[in-house]
Amino acid sequence: MSSLGADPTATSTSTRRSAPGRSTAAGSARGITLLGGAVLPLLLLLAWQGATSLGLVNESQFPSPESVYLAGVDLGQRGLLGLYVAISTQRVLIGFAIGASIGLVIGAIVGLSRTWNVLLAPTLGGIRAVPSLAWVPLLILWLKIGEESKITLIAIGAFFPVYTTVAAALRHVDRQLVEAGRAFGLNGVKLFLTVQLPAVLPSVVAGLRLALAQSWLFLVAAELIAASMGLGFLLSDSGNNGRTDRIFLAILLLAVLGKTSDAVLGLFEKLAARRWS
Amino acid sequence: MSTVLSPATGLEASTLTSTRIANTADSVSFAGVGKSFGSRTVLADVSVEVERGEVIAILGTSGCGKSTLLRIVAGLDLPTSGVVSIDGTPVSRVDSRCAFAFQEPRLLPWRTLEANVSLGLPKKTPKAAGQARVRELIELVGLADSAGHRPREVSGGMAQRASLARALARNPGVLLLDEPFGALDALTRLKMQDLLLDIHAAAPTTILLVTHDVDEALQLADRVVLLGRNDDAAPDAGAGIRSIVTVPGARPRDRSSHELAELRAELLEGLGIERHHG
Repeated sequence: MSSLGADPTATSTSTRRSAPGRSTAAGSARGITLLGGAVLPLLLLLAWQGATSLGLVNESQFPSPESVYLAGVDLGQRGLLGLYVAISTQRVLIGFAIGASIGLVIGAIVGLSRTWNVLLAPTLGGIRAVPSLAWVPLLILWLKIGEESKITLIAIGAFFPVYTTVAAALRHVDRQLVEAGRAFGLNGVKLFLTVQLPAVLPSVVAGLRLALAQSWLFLVAAELIAASMGLGFLLSDSGNNGRTDRIFLAILLLAVLGKTSDAVLGLFEKLAARRWS
Repeated sequence: MSTVLSPATGLEASTLTSTRIANTADSVSFAGVGKSFGSRTVLADVSVEVERGEVIAILGTSGCGKSTLLRIVAGLDLPTSGVVSIDGTPVSRVDSRCAFAFQEPRLLPWRTLEANVSLGLPKKTPKAAGQARVRELIELVGLADSAGHRPREVSGGMAQRASLARALARNPGVLLLDEPFGALDALTRLKMQDLLLDIHAAAPTTILLVTHDVDEALQLADRVVLLGRNDDAAPDAGAGIRSIVTVPGARPRDRSSHELAELRAELLEGLGIERHHG
């Protein structure tokens, strides 16, 4: 038996990885990232407050932070703020879930099968090129101004990023790995679950993240035009009534909601990248 | 399998009886095997019989179809003409009697070395028996300390040893090695060759080894098959067997013996490297 001991380069790698203190170092680095990210919003808030209290801007065009806050409190007391946030979030989540699920399935089919790629990819590419707003009149005619039309539009928005990333990632799975899997007797579903799916998981999560961002985009498109509640409705309604404070409120809420949901998926993305690559 | 007496060969494992790594050994028969990709002929009329437990080195210049020949045995490619049979049954698709170790380790990056090795276990291996066998093989290839590491955390030589263990986990009748040590540094390569000889001594399976390293072929093989195009053949003719050389002496061989030096010069000449007479 040849005496092949542990390779020195490899052991040094492993000790570096498991070195104590690494997690705390990463933790403080993350803290710095969070703080650094908060600098610009705080500066903007200060500048905003300064500009309005110094009278540099017209209050009716550019409301002060305080009046935006008060507008929020006012809407909250009437029970509308919570309702609007809840209904918009619900639409995004349902539409995202539907669109992303279909995107996963179609993306897998197109990415794995050359035939389906030839048959489906050009058509889907064409549908993808249609601007989101173009669907609105049709969806309203077909599905009326109910929840279905909005959720369908959001699902369309969520579908494409997932479909595109999954199909592309599956097409680019390392052929050598797939062949190795085949050489060891794997095929069909077993091969997909053992080799292809784990290989594309990081891309799938990245695609889901894009899809969620797009869902918020399409939500506003849907609610701006045909809704009686929700943040998009708040935007269009306030626009008609000249309530800039409420417009600011709605925009800020969309920013916070979008960023928060994105951060949650971003966390998953990081975990997936660490576990599956 | 836990017996050291291989039923297929009747050969008794020599020194490493304690490792209990027993493989079966199948014969391989090439009958007029040819392979073309479109209009390009790579292999033409390859015929040779490989006995059970024999170690055959397939030697040739790069691009001469060595790897293709190996892939045909594994069922990863199908021949355009002729047939490869393992123990008398023709290979028509990926064959479970073969195990493949590629030039690259080709380990799943998200699995530990141990989980990668277990990928090679034959279908329907009972869980406990499979685990025991994987542990045995990990130990055999000297990876016991890094079994829980991911492929990117270990050196190329260690990854290649895991790849070898994965192939052995299959308990193959034919072990197919496609330049498995080609990408390793010279020292690691020599160690891996010794390891392979140890493994073969413990469990004498049939081994087809593709290499472009003449010394490796002489060190490991019972016979060396020199693959290539005949000098007088048309330039678009496929490669065939130029010669088959039986390597003298029992393994492990003295790497510096005079007899091997003569053979080495002969084989190198076959590969188009001129002798330089002093």
